[in-house]
Amino acid sequence: MTKLTDLTVAGIRDGFRAGDFSAREVAEGFNAAVAGAKALNAFIVDTPDHALAAADAADAARAAGDAAKPLAGVPIGMKDLFCTKGVQTTAASHILEGFVPPYESTVSGKLWEAGAGMLGKLNLDQFAMGSSNETSYFGNVISPWRRSDGGNAAMAPGGSSGGSASAIAARLCPAATGTDTGGSIRQPAAFVGISGIKPTYGRCSRWGVVAFASSLDQAGPMARDVRDCAIMLEAMSGFDPKDSTSLDLAVPQWEAGLSSDLKGKRVGIPKEYRVEGMPAEIEALWQQGIDWLRDAGAEIVEVSLPHTRYALPAYYIIAPAEASSNLARYDGVRYGQRELPEGANLQDMYAATRSAGFGPEVKRRIMIGTYVLSAGYYDAYYTQAQKVRTLIARDFAEAWDHCDLLLTPTAPSAAFALGEKMADPLAMYLNDVFTVPSSLAGLPAMSVPGGLDAGGLPLGLQVIGRPLDEQSVLNAGLALEERAGFTARAEAWW
Amino acid sequence: MSSYRIQGATGDWEVVIGLEVHAQVTSHAKLFSGASTAFGSEPNTQVSLVDAAMPGMLPTPNRECIRQAVRTGMAIDAAINKWSRFDRKNYFYADLPQGYQISQLYHPLVGEGTITVQLDEKDPESPVKAIGVERIHVEQDAGKLMHDQHPTRSYVDLNRSGVALMEIVSKPDMRSPAEAGAYVRKLRSILRYVGSCDGNMEEGSMRADVNVSVRKPGEEFGTRTETKNVNSVRFVMAVIEHEARRQVDVLEAGGKIVQETRLYDPDRGETRSMRSKEDAHDYRYFPDPDLLPLVLDDAFLAECRASLPELPDPKRRRYETELGLSAYNAAVLTAEVETTRWFEALLAECASQVTAKAAANWLISDLFGALNRLGRDIADSPVSPAQGAELLALIADGTISNTLGKQVFEIMLETGQGAGAIVEERGLKQTSDTGAIEAEIAKVIAANPDKVADYRGGKDKLFGFFVGQTMKAMAGKANPGVVNELLKKVLG
Repeated sequence: MTKLTDLTVAGIRDGFRAGDFSAREVAEGFNAAVAGAKALNAFIVDTPDHALAAADAADAARAAGDAAKPLAGVPIGMKDLFCTKGVQTTAASHILEGFVPPYESTVSGKLWEAGAGMLGKLNLDQFAMGSSNETSYFGNVISPWRRSDGGNAAMAPGGSSGGSASAIAARLCPAATGTDTGGSIRQPAAFVGISGIKPTYGRCSRWGVVAFASSLDQAGPMARDVRDCAIMLEAMSGFDPKDSTSLDLAVPQWEAGLSSDLKGKRVGIPKEYRVEGMPAEIEALWQQGIDWLRDAGAEIVEVSLPHTRYALPAYYIIAPAEASSNLARYDGVRYGQRELPEGANLQDMYAATRSAGFGPEVKRRIMIGTYVLSAGYYDAYYTQAQKVRTLIARDFAEAWDHCDLLLTPTAPSAAFALGEKMADPLAMYLNDVFTVPSSLAGLPAMSVPGGLDAGGLPLGLQVIGRPLDEQSVLNAGLALEERAGFTARAEAWW
Repeated sequence: MSSYRIQGATGDWEVVIGLEVHAQVTSHAKLFSGASTAFGSEPNTQVSLVDAAMPGMLPTPNRECIRQAVRTGMAIDAAINKWSRFDRKNYFYADLPQGYQISQLYHPLVGEGTITVQLDEKDPESPVKAIGVERIHVEQDAGKLMHDQHPTRSYVDLNRSGVALMEIVSKPDMRSPAEAGAYVRKLRSILRYVGSCDGNMEEGSMRADVNVSVRKPGEEFGTRTETKNVNSVRFVMAVIEHEARRQVDVLEAGGKIVQETRLYDPDRGETRSMRSKEDAHDYRYFPDPDLLPLVLDDAFLAECRASLPELPDPKRRRYETELGLSAYNAAVLTAEVETTRWFEALLAECASQVTAKAAANWLISDLFGALNRLGRDIADSPVSPAQGAELLALIADGTISNTLGKQVFEIMLETGQGAGAIVEERGLKQTSDTGAIEAEIAKVIAANPDKVADYRGGKDKLFGFFVGQTMKAMAGKANPGVVNELLKKVLG
């Protein structure tokens, strides 16, 4: 029999309903996997009791003959950006170390409501700022993958949802929550060979999610396959009156709507995404993806997104601008860390608290954001970036006149080794070049594994869809998944 | 009044005044959270997770606060912006939990409007002046620091944090302390009519930032200073007088006015520098990404407009034309919404023979006189409109004279009894019994033969003496009309 920890969300759900195993067995299996994988540093806090309690409730309900909840018997990992009632929530920062929210984020609450249990709080780049998971106060997350060149360099799992990515790839949890501001679900999913979808901005409530850049942040699921993403997304989405940017729409039945038949769909290939210096393997995978979608019945067309090259600079103005303001609340006054040097006044306390509480990347972005919003520079940077954002959204809107979906690579390279890019923030930011434009436009986008590079590391393909058309995105993802037949997994070394 | 001038050694100076009034919106919940807004609660008992800026908390606009600001805009004939937007004003302070205040710098909810003031509020015939309102925007209030509770620490009370304020920004249209005072009073009156702010300056629900500059008449605007958080009409006027005088003195001594923020010290009656422009904040305003732009639809605007009461100016005109009240009485009765409400309740209780004029006169002279004496507001008048109406009816139908009416009213104030009962119990009914009156007149004439002779010799003024004597003899209960008539007949 397959190990329970190798099952997908759907596999666990269906097996539990069929009585093949108990929810407690599943939770215990994953709890043991989490406990045995400390070397990956994927979790900041383990919550085995939470997982067991949900499992016992599911088992009791099944014994009582109650209808099973959608995620009954399924334990998951929770990115530590989601506030969880009674469980430490830090955003991987020192400044929130020890902070235990007396409230539950809407998304995590919905997942518990759906029957899921929590295995623990997953590590991430500090305040979700980073593309390699090297900015966490709690240490780097390590990818379960190793290059096939015989070297044992520790690989970056991508970021910011690196803990989620690493934990799923290593079978520490069947699925996890992620958040995506400029690619933080899709890029790590690509780096570790799993699937992840960022839905349309407004699908998932941001209430109770520690804010990075409010106009971009969006929660989404990460899992091993497309079906699991659909199941998880259904449970996470929905209107929330506590978030005024939340969309007041019914949640579609995405899992039931899954179909890899793309007849009648037109898939656009944006020519501007062929960036200079892109590895031939990425180019080849992209071509492979085009062939797979054609094989699934789609018509392939070339489209133009002319403002693509301005997306990254605009993103690295808008996101830090919002972050500099959103992170002002961490001032040592009400909660979290406080540094009070001898004889300090209020200003001294702020400075000392924030100096000690934030890591270098967070500080860098706060400084950038403060600068671009300051009097005299606002128009040159922030206003200009917002105009670019409008143009990028218009590019996509015009592309939808010619096609229903877009296919691109997820990231410009496979995973890199930890430490490789930390010295060069610009090189690090370039990782997001393919994921950022759709974030700026608020579009649904997903990454699915397409194959391995020469070094044996996973590569991802990205599907971008029209606003609210997650179904088409998932369906195209499924078509790619079926054809890619991606079964590679990291050998357990941890 | 607009000729208000500061005399300086180098000639006369004109003062230019603009006011930013912060008015706390009357609503049960804060601008972006469901927390209560009751005044005077224990520290930090009215603070939601949103108000404390806990991680992941998001603001959601409170419809009632928006509605009140829109109604206020409509009441001053202002342009209502169907599309407005919230901005963040970023600065660090311990009473500002988010590290920013949500306000509306770029796209306010309400655009330009006008408030018309009477240049001399005591004189309804005096000229009126229209003072421009630049804008009204809604924003969050901050919490407050408490410094005197601990030897080395300050405490933070977030009860007020997130409470909705309307910032009502005037144009620099005022030219004297009196105009500014009239503007604040009129604005407060309108807010109370509309019900969008209780206008209670002592409790801080209304406070003003006073911008003052001086110039030689006809010249360009001078550099201004801003005196923050002035919390009474009297202080607003005092700030202007002091600050204008100070600026004139500085300028005449060859100095320059520094654009700065000042504080008013009511104990010393002077303003002091708080911070200069040099260390002014860079607020880094930008659109709040947690909130979508505010878009108002026609139905909402129609509902706001339909819910507006009759406002002081149209009401005053109506009192003059429809009720036939004097300009002065109409102005007095409409100045404060409580007075108007009381007056209209009184009219509603009055029987048909009581004229609005009589009711107005009684309210303004008798009731206001009594309230002044007792140190009470009309809102807690010891006499109800129904009781007042009963009294007025007794006067109107001739049961008691005006003079008796005053006596009865005094007894009503003392005992709380109704006018009818008092008249009945104490036998204060006025008599028109000509027989009884004629008998008393005869006695008066018999007792004063010399005066009768003088009167008949042409001293007409003595008529009042005979009336007085007769009334006195009748213990005030005689119908004065009948007395007059009979006296004329007897005296020839």
